Amino acid sequence: MLREDIIIDIFSGWRSFLRKCLFRVLRVGPIPSHIAVIMDGNRRFAKKKKIDDMTGYDAGALALLHLIIYCMELGVKYVTAYAFSIDNFRRNPEEVQKIMDLTMESVMLLTWISKLRLVRVHFAGNLQLLSADIQDAAKRLMESTAGYNNFVLTICICYTCSDEILHAIEESCKEKWDDGIGIMGYDEGNDCERLIKMVDIEKHMYMAIAPDPDILIRTGGEYRLSNFLVWQSSCCHLSSLRTVWPEFGVFHLVWVVLDFQQNYRYFAKKKLQL
Amino acid sequence: MDFSNESRVLHRCSAQIGNLLLRSLWHLVHFIISICNFTLDIANVLESYLISSGLLGRYKSLHVAKLRYLAIVIESEGAYQTSKIIELLQWLEAVGVKHVCLYDNDGRSSGFSLSLGSLGILKKSKDFILENLDGAILFQDAHENNVLLDQQHMTLEFVSFSDGKEAVAKAANVLFMKYSKSGVTDQNQKEKIFTESQMSEALKTVGSGGPELDLLLVYGPARCHLGFPAWRIKYTEIVHMGLLKSMNYGSLIKAIYKFTMVRQNYGKCSFDLHYKL
Repeated sequence: MLREDIIIDIFSGWRSFLRKCLFRVLRVGPIPSHIAVIMDGNRRFAKKKKIDDMTGYDAGALALLHLIIYCMELGVKYVTAYAFSIDNFRRNPEEVQKIMDLTMESVMLLTWISKLRLVRVHFAGNLQLLSADIQDAAKRLMESTAGYNNFVLTICICYTCSDEILHAIEESCKEKWDDGIGIMGYDEGNDCERLIKMVDIEKHMYMAIAPDPDILIRTGGEYRLSNFLVWQSSCCHLSSLRTVWPEFGVFHLVWVVLDFQQNYRYFAKKKLQL
Repeated sequence: MDFSNESRVLHRCSAQIGNLLLRSLWHLVHFIISICNFTLDIANVLESYLISSGLLGRYKSLHVAKLRYLAIVIESEGAYQTSKIIELLQWLEAVGVKHVCLYDNDGRSSGFSLSLGSLGILKKSKDFILENLDGAILFQDAHENNVLLDQQHMTLEFVSFSDGKEAVAKAANVLFMKYSKSGVTDQNQKEKIFTESQMSEALKTVGSGGPELDLLLVYGPARCHLGFPAWRIKYTEIVHMGLLKSMNYGSLIKAIYKFTMVRQNYGKCSFDLHYKL
């Protein structure tokens, strides 16, 4: 169980002071606007520490909390975390239920944090796959924080990029149909090739709320994106770290940001080209 | 009055000194990182040499059959180095890789030069590359002529930026035509209308289909897929190889070897005790 006093402790003390000094040095260079993370390695962490998997997931949730606070202090405006993939439903139902219970607890904690630090919370994914109570809690949290724009936290839950693309295309089709364009498009004599444009698809993406990520971090030593933000990561610095997610700390973040700064000119040039 | 002027000047000076100190620290940190990266590069070059000369035993036998579809992303400047690309493809052919997809991100559609600008540098060099690579054929031709994909020669595919997001938009219009004709607009609109296989078919219809890739090697200054068609790299291992001009055989073998050792569970959990993490 995560506690509010842990959060208060992160914000105070000599560690916080040292961290702020370190971030002040980092801020001499360009700071990424959006950091995305694939939080891999919770179960490996649990195995290493000889604890049960759910305690490993708890540790992972705490690591995410730390990341959010570090990013706020550093000046990063958007953080996106891959919490649960649609593919993960194929896991043991008991494990899935425990993850859903942790999700509900996290929603409650995020409700408290969002008021403390004016954080906008957004849930990206096919939320209809969640149980009704989690859906309602998530929707309430999104509505109550919609007016905050200091910092935006996106939790990708029941998400895959392929599902996101299909969903965006479906919404674009419905929009065009409702505008009456479908009737014109049905006539094969017309050039209906350009009815749906890329801009239509992008505005219906679950991730339309945030700009494309500048850095995408995957922990656990893996080199794939696992269907996460593949569309959005064209000009994104992909960073793979061997450390497992619950052990991700401030120095890992600093390392990744320094690496980003080393390649910043290259990515800035690519963004202009694309 | 003098005192407040003096304190303003003092404050300005201390702020400038503070900024100077911060900048110096930042440059020092980056200098240390550059030294670390340089040291790592030397270690990698040494390891590559050992791999190339066959001194590291574990790299001698590669289970390359596991690598069915390989992609190579080449940064724009590297894409002009056609001789290097041909050499790389010859290495891959020697290793036994059967299908290679080449990509560069220079193929953006533009109103000014749509026909030239949307092709990509590699697509424009396609004929030259195929001529200089013995026996290699186009993936598209292999499919059209029903040539078996486990043949002796390599099949090549050339993909550009226009095969990515722009192709998805075109495929969306193909799906929209299906949507318009199907009558599904009257049904419960909360249910899913399109499936992934329909999307794959639509992409094939617009000329941007293709199999999902196993491994993607990035030749450029940083690890980034540069807009490679998203539909094909959902679960692809993405490995950074450095600049094309510095490519070496040992690094290529190492990347392929590491891929053959990876086991994906595609989001599922296996409680098998023999599961290798």
